[in-house]
Amino acid sequence: MAATAQPLQSALAYRPGIVRNLWNTAMTTLVGLFTIVAVLPLILVILHVLLKGGGVITPAIFTELPPAPGLAEPMGMGNAILGTVMVTFFAALVAIPVGVGGGIYLAEISRKGWFVDSIRFGVNVLAGVPSIICGLFIYALVVNTRVLWGQSFSALAGSLALAVLMLPTIVKTTDEGLKLVPQELRMGSMGIGASRFVTIMRVVLPAASSPIATGIVLGIARAAGETAPLIFTALFSPFWPDWSRGLGMLAPTSTMSVQIYNFGIMPFEPQVQLAWAASFVLVVMILGANLLARWIARFSSR
Amino acid sequence: MDEPVQASGAATPAPRGGPSSSFKLRKRPLTEKLVDRSFVRLTVILASVVSVTVFGIFFTVGFQAFFQGDVSSLLPWNDDSIWEGISSWDDQETFGVRWGAMPRFGLGFLATSSWNPVTETYGALTPIYGTLMTSALALLMAVPLGVGTAVMLTEDFLPKRLRDTLGFMVELLAAIPSVVLGLWGMSMLNTFLAVMVPLHNHLGWVPFFASEPGGPNLAIASLILVVMLLPIITAVSRDSLNQVPLELRQGAYAVGATRWGTIFQVLIPAAISGIVGGTMLALGRALGETMAVTMIIGNSTQLSASWFAPSSTIASLLANQFGEADDIQVSALYYAAFLLMILTFAVNVLAQSIVKKLALKYD
Repeated sequence: MAATAQPLQSALAYRPGIVRNLWNTAMTTLVGLFTIVAVLPLILVILHVLLKGGGVITPAIFTELPPAPGLAEPMGMGNAILGTVMVTFFAALVAIPVGVGGGIYLAEISRKGWFVDSIRFGVNVLAGVPSIICGLFIYALVVNTRVLWGQSFSALAGSLALAVLMLPTIVKTTDEGLKLVPQELRMGSMGIGASRFVTIMRVVLPAASSPIATGIVLGIARAAGETAPLIFTALFSPFWPDWSRGLGMLAPTSTMSVQIYNFGIMPFEPQVQLAWAASFVLVVMILGANLLARWIARFSSR
Repeated sequence: MDEPVQASGAATPAPRGGPSSSFKLRKRPLTEKLVDRSFVRLTVILASVVSVTVFGIFFTVGFQAFFQGDVSSLLPWNDDSIWEGISSWDDQETFGVRWGAMPRFGLGFLATSSWNPVTETYGALTPIYGTLMTSALALLMAVPLGVGTAVMLTEDFLPKRLRDTLGFMVELLAAIPSVVLGLWGMSMLNTFLAVMVPLHNHLGWVPFFASEPGGPNLAIASLILVVMLLPIITAVSRDSLNQVPLELRQGAYAVGATRWGTIFQVLIPAAISGIVGGTMLALGRALGETMAVTMIIGNSTQLSASWFAPSSTIASLLANQFGEADDIQVSALYYAAFLLMILTFAVNVLAQSIVKKLALKYD
């Protein structure tokens, strides 16, 4: 009896020495290393930005202008922070109505057919267009032709380029968010006599507000950090926005992301420090937006 | 005799407020109908903005590559129309039309590596090589790292809280602007070079390591691209691995497969559509990535096969030269941009069809 039980037990026991188990352990270790390698750059980048950029942050950073090349005073980038806010705000102002409207069409109104297919295809293509091409597109369409009240480079042109970039994200999140709303809500609303417009605006859209809001916040955060669409549209400016030209929207404008690029490759130490300071502010803003988006998602799932 | 009369009487609206009167069909007011209909029209218009934009991008970039002059010069009555010379045929060769880079250089643009504003000869071979090489190198590193991380985050090696935190950190990595990564890459230049110099010293006979690494180069750009692609590949692979039904895993364990046997032969094949889709998405990103690459690739239009030589990608060429370009150079840059668009467009369409074809349905 015992003689037969012995080999059975050893066959069921875990033997770390055999090939398949060695292979298992080796792969687990390898994947663990991969994970460390994947997370390491994030920690390095964040630490680097916090240490190098955080050290430059003073109250003056938010209120002063950047120094002329070669000088060390004044150390500030108030115009860039203001410019990023202005350009991103106007981009959102253009992209949110269009994107949410397009998403409503795709999820609520469209029926099957070539038109819907072409729009879905267009959304996917637009999501894959490189951001610098968005910049070149707006350059050719708006800057070069001077259609915006005779202005060439302007903050508004930069906003349009960012809006093109944000559009597919907002359409997609709206479409997907609306699809999650249970069909019974629409039936109930229609059943008590609400019109289609009222059903969508007062019943369906509020029910899907949190995924849509999450998508919009993430889209805005991504747009705020984009540089490539802005370097040929909003350009750059070492001065405060020119309020006399369309409240500053029709003049070339400094933004933090373009400042990082322009100043980061300069051979002057104050400029490089300001590039790090801009990175700091930008990264803090974007991480904050990501946490906000997570909070919105968690808040609504309760 | 009484009963049918009563029944027909109930069918017509009863003046005394019988049960049927409260169900009278309300006639929808005209304003409500108008609001409804115009709302539908409005969303149709807003949705078509997307398609119009895509078409507009292809059209304007193609136009600028084909002709010299801004988009408004397409109109014949414009002061600066590109057609103004056509009636007088003032140049036999061009028929009086201001042709851009595409007709002038033709397909030879793809095979020429000289980029010379003085002699006005332009060819995009160097940036095309740089674009494809940086993307290929970056994918080669990022796919194993990303899929491995995704496996780590979906298996139960680590406690759930830690896995969620790691997943969130990788997602945050995707949110860091590329220009910040470029700045970081520039500040880490010497660290990267310290690794590359011994590679060149010992393996210098390999053509990819042939030139001495002395500054910004193609290999560093690829490394930064890896950092940018990792979160995309990880996030998409993680989602698709999470969606593999539990029964498949249980079945594999039940027939005696080891954990890694299950992962390689059951879970990854089941999730392959998502993994390939994420990889193609990342490839599209890598091809078009601009800022980080521009800051650390060196922006040389000199063709060199070596990874340690400064190079350029189409996107970095655009970012670097577009500001100072005029006339035919602008058109040549738009030609390069057009190529980049075709490339990313093809990758995205291919990605969608692959995902559709490989997607397994569990019902």
